[in-house]
Parts: sequence; structure tokens; C-alpha cells
Amino acid sequence: MKLLVCLKQVPAKDAPLKLNSAGSWIVEDVSYEVSEPDAYALEEALRQKEAHGGEVTVITVGPQRAAQVLREALAKGADKAIHVEGDGTQLLDSFATAEAITRAIPGQHFDLILTGLQSDDSGAAQVGVILAELMGIPHATIIMQIEPVPGGVRVKRELEGGAFQYLEMPTPAVLTIQSGINKLRYATLMGIKQAKSKPLSKINAETDGISVELNRLVIERLYVPGAQKKTERITGTAKDAAARIASVLKAQGIGAGE
Amino acid sequence: MLKFRDVDFLQVGSLLSPDELLVRDSTRQWAEQNLTPIIETCAREGRFPLELVPEMGRMSFFGATLRDFGCAGMSNVEYGLVMQELERVDSGIRSFVSVQSALVMFPISTFGSEEQKQRWLPPLSTGEVIGCFGLTESDFGSNPGGMRTTARHVGDEVVLNGEKMWITSGSISQLAVIWAKDEEGSIRGYLVETDRPGFRAEDVHGKYSLRASVTSGLVLQDVRIPAGNELPEARGLRSALQCLSQARYGIGWGVLGAAMQCYDTALQYAGFRKQFGDKPIAAHQLVQQKLVWMITEISKAQLLALHVGRLKDQGKADFSHISMLKRNNVAIALETARLARDILGANGIADEYPVFRHMANLESVNTYEGTHDIHTLIIGEKITGLGAFY
Repeated sequence: MKLLVCLKQVPAKDAPLKLNSAGSWIVEDVSYEVSEPDAYALEEALRQKEAHGGEVTVITVGPQRAAQVLREALAKGADKAIHVEGDGTQLLDSFATAEAITRAIPGQHFDLILTGLQSDDSGAAQVGVILAELMGIPHATIIMQIEPVPGGVRVKRELEGGAFQYLEMPTPAVLTIQSGINKLRYATLMGIKQAKSKPLSKINAETDGISVELNRLVIERLYVPGAQKKTERITGTAKDAAARIASVLKAQGIGAGE
Repeated sequence: MLKFRDVDFLQVGSLLSPDELLVRDSTRQWAEQNLTPIIETCAREGRFPLELVPEMGRMSFFGATLRDFGCAGMSNVEYGLVMQELERVDSGIRSFVSVQSALVMFPISTFGSEEQKQRWLPPLSTGEVIGCFGLTESDFGSNPGGMRTTARHVGDEVVLNGEKMWITSGSISQLAVIWAKDEEGSIRGYLVETDRPGFRAEDVHGKYSLRASVTSGLVLQDVRIPAGNELPEARGLRSALQCLSQARYGIGWGVLGAAMQCYDTALQYAGFRKQFGDKPIAAHQLVQQKLVWMITEISKAQLLALHVGRLKDQGKADFSHISMLKRNNVAIALETARLARDILGANGIADEYPVFRHMANLESVNTYEGTHDIHTLIIGEKITGLGAFY
């Protein structure tokens, strides 16, 4: 089975984010890591390869620093990596990112293309779905299990309210993977050593016609949400304070209907 | 437990290659997920987490700078970063990996026969075999050349007699690298399987330091080993000291981890601890002075470690460079731990925070692998040409 895994580099989960002066993006002085749902997609791809044979290619769209998620994936056991690289590619929206991936793999056949369910930063959950549409192949989202069957795969989807859906679908297909479905492996020192000799090809985003011009989503403004919590200090006599508390609770709908 | 934030004031990280960063981050992730959750309990109970050894083997932590026999062939800088991340959690865990790598696998790889390498290095690299290093004796610490342990050749066997002390991993080892004086009084290295009759290891109890690591005394009473267990290329005390140089290098990096952890804990604590009104103690001049001393010394120590690592990778590191690295970095780590304990006030003595454990651990690290004073004398002899040991 030939698998392609799409990885996104995002600010580390506990990174202290600051906005730039224009309020249009964050200040990029933070540490980065692979988006966690994508890490699960990679882990699932590696497990599929180990169980059924095949090859795992990883791809990312991002600036130079994003190559680190590819190196880590190669160290964990991916076979090849493709980096669609360019300054400002971190500003691409889901559509432009899917377009960049499509243009980077012309004529290459993959049985399965895996992405994380959504990214840890923008959380749009769109790249996988749009990618399938652009490539004209089926997709399924929130996948928890993949089992190859003749002509395709049988997958388990997570639905709401603790329900699951099992379905069979033909390949090639795009699957977006749910977080937490397996145990992530570490990049071992030996793996890091071996990754040095694995192919990591770079594609210049600009040459491929990829830029923010393709974006269909415009960020109007980024801002830090204001504090929502309001504290009211109730003073006065016990009788007045009790009346005030009762009216606050009533206003909130607490204790109503008695 | 506060979440560790990277400590890199001078952007020393920008001097690291992508692969070096990957080694650091991957080890950090492993240590935070596997060691951090259990380390306080291990230290409290005086227990080494033996269950993690196979996992450490899978991470290729053992003998990481060696190139064959299943080892990862890391550079010295990469190896240093592994030590830093392990010791950021606990010096005892780093000590275990140091001993396995620098004091057991390194001598076998450097002084061993092809047959010895084939037999021992693969299982040592996976952790199936644990090793220890027997040089120090109770009466011979800084002066190992005075050792009393003897090796006598009898037919095609060697008979070992003596006692070794302060041996990390002694009682959990299957293999001991024992240094002993032969008939000519020359110090030689011997591979001793610990299940041989006459070999006994007894743990040191009552330690206030390195509690998550095993420390033992070894007794060798007429232990017979085949002559083929002698390390053929190990000649004199020099060979043993070569191993120590390797281990000291790792310590110079490792203690940086402990210092970074203590500093970051103190910095975070000083940010939320309020006294005298609504001001955090970090706003007080005396607290800032301590924090500034810590970050300045840590930054200098990071550069020292990286530079000596680069020299070592180019084959240019002298043992006296490594002495400076070990001496300086342990000293500033220990002082950082003490200052962090001070900033944490009463909270600094409880194991809710890691600083007291680090502080107690670093007292051992200050002494082992050449005390602070002995490294002063090594550097002193190097620059003056005059030995001042006795």
C-alpha cells in the first residue's frame, strides 16, 4: 500500500502566543511542532505499512522551519518526504494548502492519503476534504480504524454521541484521522541517524504558483478574547445581600420553576 | 509539577543543526512522558526504574556515539543533548546511561577484542545486559592508582581479588568492567560476568543523593575468569581515565539539564509567589539578582558544553578541556540548584518541586568522576606544567 501523509507544523501547544502589531498574525518567535492529529495520521500510516507492506511518503507545505516535521517523520519510519517550501506559506488557507499538495504530487499514485482530523492551530478541518475534491477521489473523516479489503478499505468513523459508523470505500481515497487512536512512537536516535540518508525533496511554492493569492479565506483580525468573568461584591446587611443573591440567581435561571 | 519551558537566553539553540534539535526534542519528549511522572516516587522509594531499560534501549540511548553493533552513531554534541535531557529529569537516570555507555560500552569498543565486542555490545545496546564499572575502592577515590584489587594469571584463567566501592548499577549488572593490578603492578581491565562464583554486589543504603539510581559495593573473592576476558588493548590507569574522560564529557552536558530545570522552576515560582502585597517575589531585587546569576551562568555553561562538544567531534578535545567542562558546569548547576531552593522558600524542601532532589543529586555529581578539586588540579597542571596532586 502506498500512503501519503500530510503534516502541518504548528506552534507548540504551550507556546506563549503574541500578536504582531498589525493584529494580522502571531509573532513567530515560538517553538513549533507537528500538529498532533497529523502525528496520529503518520502513526496510523506507519502501522499500515508495517502490517501490510508498502511505502509512506510525507508532505508538508510551509516555510523552511517546517522541514523539521518531515525530518521527524523520516526518523519515525517514513520513507520519503516532500517539502513545498516558501516564505509566507504558513499564511495559506485550507484551499491553497490542498492546492499546493495536489500540484506537488502530479502523476504519483497513492492508495491512501491521510491527514489529521484538523490542525492544532486554525482547526478548520478542511485540507483533507478539499484535497479529495481537487483530486476527484472519495474521502471519509474522523477515522479511527483502517482495514484493507479487496479494492479498498473498511474504515471506522467516529460519530457524535458515542456512535460509530463502519463503511467500505474504494481506494484511492483521503482519510482524515482522529487523534488518540493509537500510541505515538518516538523518533529514536537510530531512526534520526537513518533518516539522514532518506530522500527529502523540496518544491519551491512560488514556482508551483502557490501563494496567498490562492486563498479564499481572509483573516480580518486576530485578537485575544477579553476576559468574560465578572465579579460582583455584594455588601450590605444580610437581608439586603440575600435579596440581591436571590435576584442574581433568578436572572441566571437558577432555582426558577419552584 | 510545573511544565518545563526551554531555557535558552542566548539563542544557543540557533547553533544546533536540525538533527541535533530533533535528538534533543525527541529525548525531551521521551523523558517528560516516561520519566517525569514516576521520578519523584522512585527517588522517594530509593528505586531505580528498571522497567524503563528496554525502552531506553529502543530509543538507542546506550552507546549512542558508537557506530556499529546496533548503536546509533550520534555525534558528541547529539550525545550531550541526550544527557542534558535525561538529567533534566534526574541525575541518577543520566548516571545509569552514562555508565552503560561511557564506562562499559566505550571501553569494550575501544580496548576490547573483536570477539568481546561481538558478544557484549549488541545486548548492552538494547539494555538486555546491564553493565557497571569497577575502578573506585573505598580507600582509593581521587587516587585510583593506589587500588588494592589484584589479577593473577593461573593457567588460562585470571583470578581476581578485591573490593570496589560506589559502583553505579553494581547489583543490577550482568557484566562488570573491573580494573585490577596484574602481577607486574600494571592496571588492566577485565570483563567479569557477575554470576561467577566469588562475585558479590551489595547496595549502599541510606543515600540522600542519587536515590533513583543503584549504588553498590562489589566484592571479588577468588573470582576466576577466562584469560580471554581481559581487555587486550587496555594498558595502565590511562585507559581507565580515558573512559572517565568520556563519562565526564556527558556529565558536563547532563548537569546543564538539572540547572535548566531548577532555574525554570525558580523563575516560574517567583512569578506567581506573592509576598508583601500583590507583587510577585520576582519583582524583588534580591530575587532578580539570583535569577540573573543563574541564567548568566547557565548560558555560559551551554556555550562551554557546545564548544567542547564541537572540539570533541573534530577530534580536538583535550582531557583538560573536558575537566573544565565538568568542573565549571557541575559547580554552577549545584549553585543554581541551591539558589532555586532558596527562592522556593519552604516549598523548596518538599518533593512537589524537583529542586531539592536535583540539589542533593548534584552533590554526588560534584564528587564523582573527578571531584571539583581534582579537576582544578588537572587544569592547573595543564596550564603551569606543574603537577600539584601530592
